[in-house]
Amino acid sequence: MNLTQEIKKSTLVAIWFMFLTFPLMVIRVNTVTNNVEWRWWNMALIGVASFFFSILWRHMLRKKEQGTKSEKEKEVSILRKFFAEKKNQVGALIALALITLAFPHLFSMYQTNIMISALIYVMLGLGLNIVIGLAGLLDLGYVAFFAVGAYSYALLNAHFGLSFWLALPLGGLLSAIFGIILGYPVLRLRGDYLAIVTLGFGEIIRLVLENWSEFSNGPAGIANIPKPSLFGMDLSLEAYTIYLFYIIVGLVIFTIFFIDRLENSRIGRAWIALKDDEIACQSMGIDKAKTKLRAFALGATWAGMGGVVFAAKTTFINPASFTIWESVIILCTVVLGGMGSITGVIVGAMLLILLPEYLRAFAEYRMICFGAVLVLMMVFKPGGMIENVRKTYKFKAHTK
Amino acid sequence: MEFDFFLELFFGGLTRGSIYALIALGYTMVYGIIQLINFAHGEIYMIGAFTGLIVSSVLTMAGFPQLAVVVVAACAAVIYACSYGYTMEKIAYKPLRNAPRLSALISAIGMSLFLQNYVLLAQTSDFLPFPSLIPDFEFWEPYAHIMTSPELVIIITTIVVMIGLTFLIKFTQVGKAMRATSQDQTMAALLGVNVDRIISITFVVGSATAAIGGLLIASHIGQINFYMGFIAGIKAFVAAVLGGIGSIPGAVLGSLVLGWTESFFTGYISSDYEDVFAFLFLVLILIFRPSGILGRSETQKV
Amino acid sequence: MKSILKSFAVAFAATALLAAPGFAADTIKLGVAGAHSGDLASYGLPSVNAAQLVVKKINANGGVLGKKVELLVEDDVCKPEVAGNTATKLVSDGANLILGHICSGATKAALGFYKDAKIVAMSPSATNPDLTLSGEYPNFFRTIPHDAKQAQLQVQFATKTLGVKTVAILHDKGDYGKGQAELAKKYFEEAGVEVVLFEGVTPGAVDYSAIVTKVRRKKPELVVWGGYHPEASKIVTLMRKKRMKTLFMGADGVKDDTFIKVAGKYAEGVYATGPMDISNNPLAKQAKKEHQDEFGSDPGAFFDAAYSAALAMLNAVEKAGSTDYDAVVKALQTEYVDTPLGKIRFDQAGDATGIGFTVYQVKDGKFTEQK
Repeated sequence: MNLTQEIKKSTLVAIWFMFLTFPLMVIRVNTVTNNVEWRWWNMALIGVASFFFSILWRHMLRKKEQGTKSEKEKEVSILRKFFAEKKNQVGALIALALITLAFPHLFSMYQTNIMISALIYVMLGLGLNIVIGLAGLLDLGYVAFFAVGAYSYALLNAHFGLSFWLALPLGGLLSAIFGIILGYPVLRLRGDYLAIVTLGFGEIIRLVLENWSEFSNGPAGIANIPKPSLFGMDLSLEAYTIYLFYIIVGLVIFTIFFIDRLENSRIGRAWIALKDDEIACQSMGIDKAKTKLRAFALGATWAGMGGVVFAAKTTFINPASFTIWESVIILCTVVLGGMGSITGVIVGAMLLILLPEYLRAFAEYRMICFGAVLVLMMVFKPGGMIENVRKTYKFKAHTK
Repeated sequence: MEFDFFLELFFGGLTRGSIYALIALGYTMVYGIIQLINFAHGEIYMIGAFTGLIVSSVLTMAGFPQLAVVVVAACAAVIYACSYGYTMEKIAYKPLRNAPRLSALISAIGMSLFLQNYVLLAQTSDFLPFPSLIPDFEFWEPYAHIMTSPELVIIITTIVVMIGLTFLIKFTQVGKAMRATSQDQTMAALLGVNVDRIISITFVVGSATAAIGGLLIASHIGQINFYMGFIAGIKAFVAAVLGGIGSIPGAVLGSLVLGWTESFFTGYISSDYEDVFAFLFLVLILIFRPSGILGRSETQKV
Repeated sequence: MKSILKSFAVAFAATALLAAPGFAADTIKLGVAGAHSGDLASYGLPSVNAAQLVVKKINANGGVLGKKVELLVEDDVCKPEVAGNTATKLVSDGANLILGHICSGATKAALGFYKDAKIVAMSPSATNPDLTLSGEYPNFFRTIPHDAKQAQLQVQFATKTLGVKTVAILHDKGDYGKGQAELAKKYFEEAGVEVVLFEGVTPGAVDYSAIVTKVRRKKPELVVWGGYHPEASKIVTLMRKKRMKTLFMGADGVKDDTFIKVAGKYAEGVYATGPMDISNNPLAKQAKKEHQDEFGSDPGAFFDAAYSAALAMLNAVEKAGSTDYDAVVKALQTEYVDTPLGKIRFDQAGDATGIGFTVYQVKDGKFTEQK
């Protein structure tokens, strides 16, 4: 493509965007004082910006198309080769473990605190990954299970004085039960019908928590949720934060280990088969209903445990923390990171939760950047940051 | 009195349903053709309302007569909403046509966030008063306590839009091409249908109905802000699924059913659990008809 | 196994202790927390300005107990889960006093952390009654009357001045709105007024005609709204469009000029309660002038309350002679202090005495005080 053509195209794009943004960017009316503010500078800015952006856009698209075959494989393979060697793998793991252990001592309490939030989302992402990435069931109401976990700790503690360590498995269990309750009626639904029903389920849980004041204290929420104890010791806030950090790190490691084992188990393969082709899967003798229910229940379990930790961390919960947006963010961590890939989901969750925290400097531009990043990431890397590589089995011929 | 109460709830539900329908039509058309849940559709509706407000305020201040203001503002709102819909498709969805479907959904979520915050930054986070574009009709005054004139206009507009859309899809060349594309894109392309163009047209038409909806609702409730598209969008999506996503009469029927459900539930029981009931109702319908009320049940092929 | 765990725990508790910041006492650190970004920033930022003005003035006069006052400003976006992070940050930075938080939910989430660290927190805007009345937060004070007082005033005005016998109470299902509505219901019932309808509406819904229809059927003389102004203006507009003349009353969430702007002619005659008019207080006038000189604009929401809170806390430290928690609390409860809100001190629960609400009515596009 030659230069004049390129410039012509970009000019057209620039003109189009100047037209498109004209009423919203240029005019601002004040209906009370009856005056109109004309901001022509914005139009000029949009024109120039979209001109250059459009050149870049087309360049990137072309690169993406060319790159789909040759370059990408090379790029991926370098990293993979590095990690394929046992020595490097162990080294990287040890380094990671050391950094993690030292983290709360190296950084301030505030940093540790946000890292705890991020790790909770890693857990949620990994849990949702079971449902979406492995079993291929689109769940838009995942936050409901998170809420169940958080409220079960808060309520069980308030009424029966249950401790954190008892509430943790119980919260997971209760969430799993809710997962099955949701799973049963929607077994027959596919694709987007499932998505909307799960979305509805998430909203139902939130609305019930909001309206049923006698049960959940309504929108006023539950305050003074106790922190987990450490052999009855009285911890200072600082020490407590570090303690919680280690708890959640431990839980995340457990989650990773569990899901990794699960993926290669009978159940995991059944999920993947179900995701690829339901009918073929059924005809291979896999019980579809049971497999789906397992996915819902196991996915929900992690959300429930995440919820218990969340309640212990914030010490105050109310239904406002469990809106559709929360489900959407968790879904984004999974897809953005790379569906089905454990590393991908971890990277995605870290990025999505830490990014807005560190983007604070941008203040009001924070969310618009976030939206743009989502679109751009998907356009240029639709498979997520770290794409899942399927295990392939090759038939080895005898070489003797 | 009892009957009057019933009538009021009936017409209230009808109005609400009509509003949902205007938004749901766009959802369902886009879904029908590329199987994408266009999360940002509610934002198009919001942008339509904002454009209408800006244009009508500028014209009113310049001293144009009321009728001219309404007509020009409505046209501007529709044109701009269509342009945004068109551009959105080109940027956020077209490059993703062969990608996994979930990626397109995330892209739509990103677009929704982007557009919301774009309006927030370019305009304001405050609620803005929206002038009533529809006057109170003299002849309707005796019935105004049951249904106000704007509500009447909303219902009539929805009927007109729906008839227009049905005509477009059933009897025109473009409509035929749309139906063909939604059934089998590759086959349609082989038979000489310009698939890209048809998808663009679908987005444009869907955006136009959303903009009309946006204008009517804004003038009905008298205020707008950047966040208004989100909840309306979710509800319209629910309505579209309830009716059977991808089907145009389904979207309208689903919307009306949802509107009535909410209205009667609020009227006779309690608005506390209005949404809970709406969602439970949706689940119930889907259990017995997994593809919605009017949805085609897909035959699965091996 | 257990012994390993135990030794690990001891080891890490020891490191944690080492990592704890040393409390160097050369300045008095005043933390300011609230929504400084996001959609509720307009409620939080005026407090930051107020704190800056107070601190500037006090430091110019030699500080408190001979020490300079230092500000630590942290954003919580009014979200409970973020407020926890904000609170830990302030505590780890060694704050001695906290001005904040702004929203009740966020305040609740943060207070636990301050309580553990023995830090006094004073909010200019968190009106949830539980914060003081439950007795769970002995370290919490506020310079705004709580919602129960507001509800009592509403009931008193409705029964005495308006003479209504039946009311319908609607709310937005939110923390603030539902809390208010429940209190109003309680006091109306105690006053012998029949509550014919008590329901929550969904904020942001496209249309409220069903609930308005229901209100009409129950024929109350007054509709009491718990919540913010956007929904209030939608409901009032629809009521008037449906030719209903029922009286309408909101609380301080409605007493906002945006309400009149948005509801336009339909806002006429609406009652709303709000903080007492203090525009005649000389200190309030002075504070306003300081703000105009420093920032070149009029102060925003809760400015006076925040200004008073900062003054009250620093005064208490001065009177107590140290930043010691018990001494400061005692000083707050015993010593009167002159503030833009008037001469105040704090009761055992933590509420300021001598401040209150008044009823306003919209007349000719303005909120006018009802005597």
